[in-house]
Amino acid sequence: MRTCDIVIIGGGPAGLAAAISAKENGIDDVLILERDKELGGILNQCIHNGFGLHTFKEELTGPEYASRFIAKTEELKIPYKLQTMVLDITADKIVTAMNKEEGLFQIQAKAVILAMGCRERSRGALNIPGYRPAGVYSAGTAQRLVNMEGFLPGREVVILGSGDIGLIMARRMTLEGAKVKVVAELMPYSGGLKRNIVQCLDDFGIPLKLSYTVVDIKGRERVEGITLAQVDGANKPIPGTEEFYSCDTLLLSVGLIPENELSRGMGVEISPITNGPVVNESLETNIEGVFACGNVLHVHDLVDYVSEEAKAAGKNAAAYVKHISKKEGTIIQVVPNDGVRYTVPSTICVVNMSEELIVRFRVGAVYRNAFISVYYDNERVIHRKRLVMAPGEMEEVKLKKEQLEQYPDIQKIMFQIEEK
Amino acid sequence: MRDYEIIIIGAGVSGTAIARELSKYSVKCCVLEKEEDVCCGTSKANSAIIHAGYDASNGSMMARMNVEGNAMMEALAKDLDIPFKRNGSLVLCFREEDMPGLLRLYDNGVANGVPKLQILNKDEVKKIEPNVSDDVYAALYAPTAGIVCPFHLNIALAENACENGVEFKFNTKVEGIQKLEKGFIVKTNQGEFTTDYVINAAGVYADEIHNMVSEKKIHITPRRGEYLLLDKTAGNHVSNTIFTLPTKYGKGVLVTPTIHGNLLVGPTALDIVDKEGTCTSAAGLDEVMTKAGISVKNLPMGQVITSFAGLRAHEENHEFILGEVEDVTGFIDCAGIESPGLSGCPAIGKYIADLMKGKMGLEAKKDFISTRKGILNPAKLSIEERNKLIQEQPAYGNMICRCEMITEGEIIDAVNRPLGAKSLDGVKRRTRAGMGRCQGGFCSPRVMEIIAREQDMNITEVTKSGGESGLIVGVNKENLA
Repeated sequence: MRTCDIVIIGGGPAGLAAAISAKENGIDDVLILERDKELGGILNQCIHNGFGLHTFKEELTGPEYASRFIAKTEELKIPYKLQTMVLDITADKIVTAMNKEEGLFQIQAKAVILAMGCRERSRGALNIPGYRPAGVYSAGTAQRLVNMEGFLPGREVVILGSGDIGLIMARRMTLEGAKVKVVAELMPYSGGLKRNIVQCLDDFGIPLKLSYTVVDIKGRERVEGITLAQVDGANKPIPGTEEFYSCDTLLLSVGLIPENELSRGMGVEISPITNGPVVNESLETNIEGVFACGNVLHVHDLVDYVSEEAKAAGKNAAAYVKHISKKEGTIIQVVPNDGVRYTVPSTICVVNMSEELIVRFRVGAVYRNAFISVYYDNERVIHRKRLVMAPGEMEEVKLKKEQLEQYPDIQKIMFQIEEK
Repeated sequence: MRDYEIIIIGAGVSGTAIARELSKYSVKCCVLEKEEDVCCGTSKANSAIIHAGYDASNGSMMARMNVEGNAMMEALAKDLDIPFKRNGSLVLCFREEDMPGLLRLYDNGVANGVPKLQILNKDEVKKIEPNVSDDVYAALYAPTAGIVCPFHLNIALAENACENGVEFKFNTKVEGIQKLEKGFIVKTNQGEFTTDYVINAAGVYADEIHNMVSEKKIHITPRRGEYLLLDKTAGNHVSNTIFTLPTKYGKGVLVTPTIHGNLLVGPTALDIVDKEGTCTSAAGLDEVMTKAGISVKNLPMGQVITSFAGLRAHEENHEFILGEVEDVTGFIDCAGIESPGLSGCPAIGKYIADLMKGKMGLEAKKDFISTRKGILNPAKLSIEERNKLIQEQPAYGNMICRCEMITEGEIIDAVNRPLGAKSLDGVKRRTRAGMGRCQGGFCSPRVMEIIAREQDMNITEVTKSGGESGLIVGVNKENLA
């Protein structure tokens, strides 16, 4: 059987950054397996700008951002296989993949980096009642049709969900000549970035209706209209608040789900909150030598953070392959509490962490002038004020190894949001 | 000279089962279907189960067709290369006071000739099905009950009939039937056809077709049933099909694995007027959620991947109407085919074909091809076989639907085979591409490309399900010129 030091599943932003990092950390035998016909992943259809502000200090489009990593991959001569689907990974890291040229083949990997990204939640998962006509698209599917194929999936559009893809598509559809009538959001706040609400809706006069949902889809063959209704505190539609919008298209931007079928298949423990693997300070899953990064680990808001996280995963995987032996040490639980939905990582072993470890998390509601607090057991060691925090934006806290070493006996690190 | 000796109206499971049985004989037969494909009405959206046959009243055609059809299914599935599994069914009873009802069902089943029926006590039920409600008191166990893919069954029957010479006309809606002294003129949106016999297998429209020629009117009520389909991660939650005994408190919903490994819950039952009213409702979906939890515990309802509604063709006497219409010689009804119609369809096909054989003196063909090869499932091949296939046909190495693991090779086959898929839904029903957890979010644009290429049409002409269900309305910026 073919062998490989590090097999990276997915050639999107996470996979590319992980591969580059692994190579730069001394591993030559790296292989990227990508199912699409080119590297870059979802960035290829994100033709809007706004990528790379943190990483490159400039505003790039998605394909431009991807091209920098692809160029680096080529420069480092990192091998990759395109249009190659990974069908299965075993717990002992045998990767089974398939493509047109080689058929079905297996690779025994020393380390695996999971970088499969995420998929969109579908209409079915929301139980939207009504007919099932043509014209109901997830926002990303519509984005692919418009941005990569040049086709308009509809002329009069209603969008459900104010996640970033939905907001971006509201603007894109408008620019391509469609009329976007309204964006409805179930929650009392948007799930997208503030800048996208301003630049994609406000600038084009597209109304955003918060606490609204779709209660009916009309049209047997093609969408003819949809009915929105306001929802109460329990997200149940309020009778009498229905509003009908005539349209031929409903775009759904109602959440992303990390794509972990392969991970589950190999026995990786999955968090019920993030739907991504549970990882330690090295971004390593419960299976030794199997790492995860990017949207397969938890859904990110900015690709810059994906790249940063993947870089760490690549470095850690390289260290694993080089047998830089992991040290035994106390495993500290990282615990999300009031207002914090989850943290990545979930555990920290101080002896194995880098000098500075970024803990990423999301909050469960909108907070103004609140504090991010971090407790080492019962002692509050970080108390940082944030003007605004929202579920649509990721938060991060940097933990210093130096500081943690001064607390050799702690059992848990707790993250919570405090009003004061 | 007539255009056809027999015209069958409707390409659902009944119509195509009849067509296939008739294709064993030398007879010029045509199936007219108003939709763009087979399996577009009642046959498309139902519980996908092959009932054992204890439910229908003893002595009814329903009971007879159900039990006979069930017994025929194994051999038929083998001939047609479609998956079928006898997974067994349980009718749960929750109260001792309801036991007479359960025993009546048992007795009725025995009288109908259902084999191997058993009454199980709570412990026995929990042993074979640990996830049923702890409140269960007893159950009727029918090991011969099964699950099937209704699309595959319907499509396979049609393909085999087609291969044996039956003609199919799609997008052909019957608008009127004129009775001649002998035979009929069937008037459609695609012109008129003359025929000696008409077989009415028009599902929820069977009353309209019947009433075009007969003075003895019938009435079919579309009875809507809503369902929720769960991801394959939930597919092992139960292994049998779980029913609840109807009581004075109402009728429950069933919970069943599907032949493809998903979990299906439903249906509701609501009589409606609109024969195309296949929309779901908030109330209906809520009802399914609530009722499913009564019979099976810890249902992972967060795993729902889609919901849908189907229409049962309910005839007022709740009985299959099979046979020549009293006042119209040569016009044969196959009407009121609601549950257990899917289970009964092999028997219905044979019953009607036998009837026609007797009437017309049909002779068996010597060259009847009894078997049909389904779309190749590469996942069932060994690695060596699969590699050989990919070498010969590289399209089998190109994964298109990543949820259901469907390759380009399978989709090409689905489009190009006899009565092949013309639309996204047609491909979906034949291959399952787009039927998984992402519901086509990823593969739809790719499947559209393949359909367009294989059918030599522009991608803008590809539809979801024929008619006005276009997927792309134009090109970027065309309105901005």
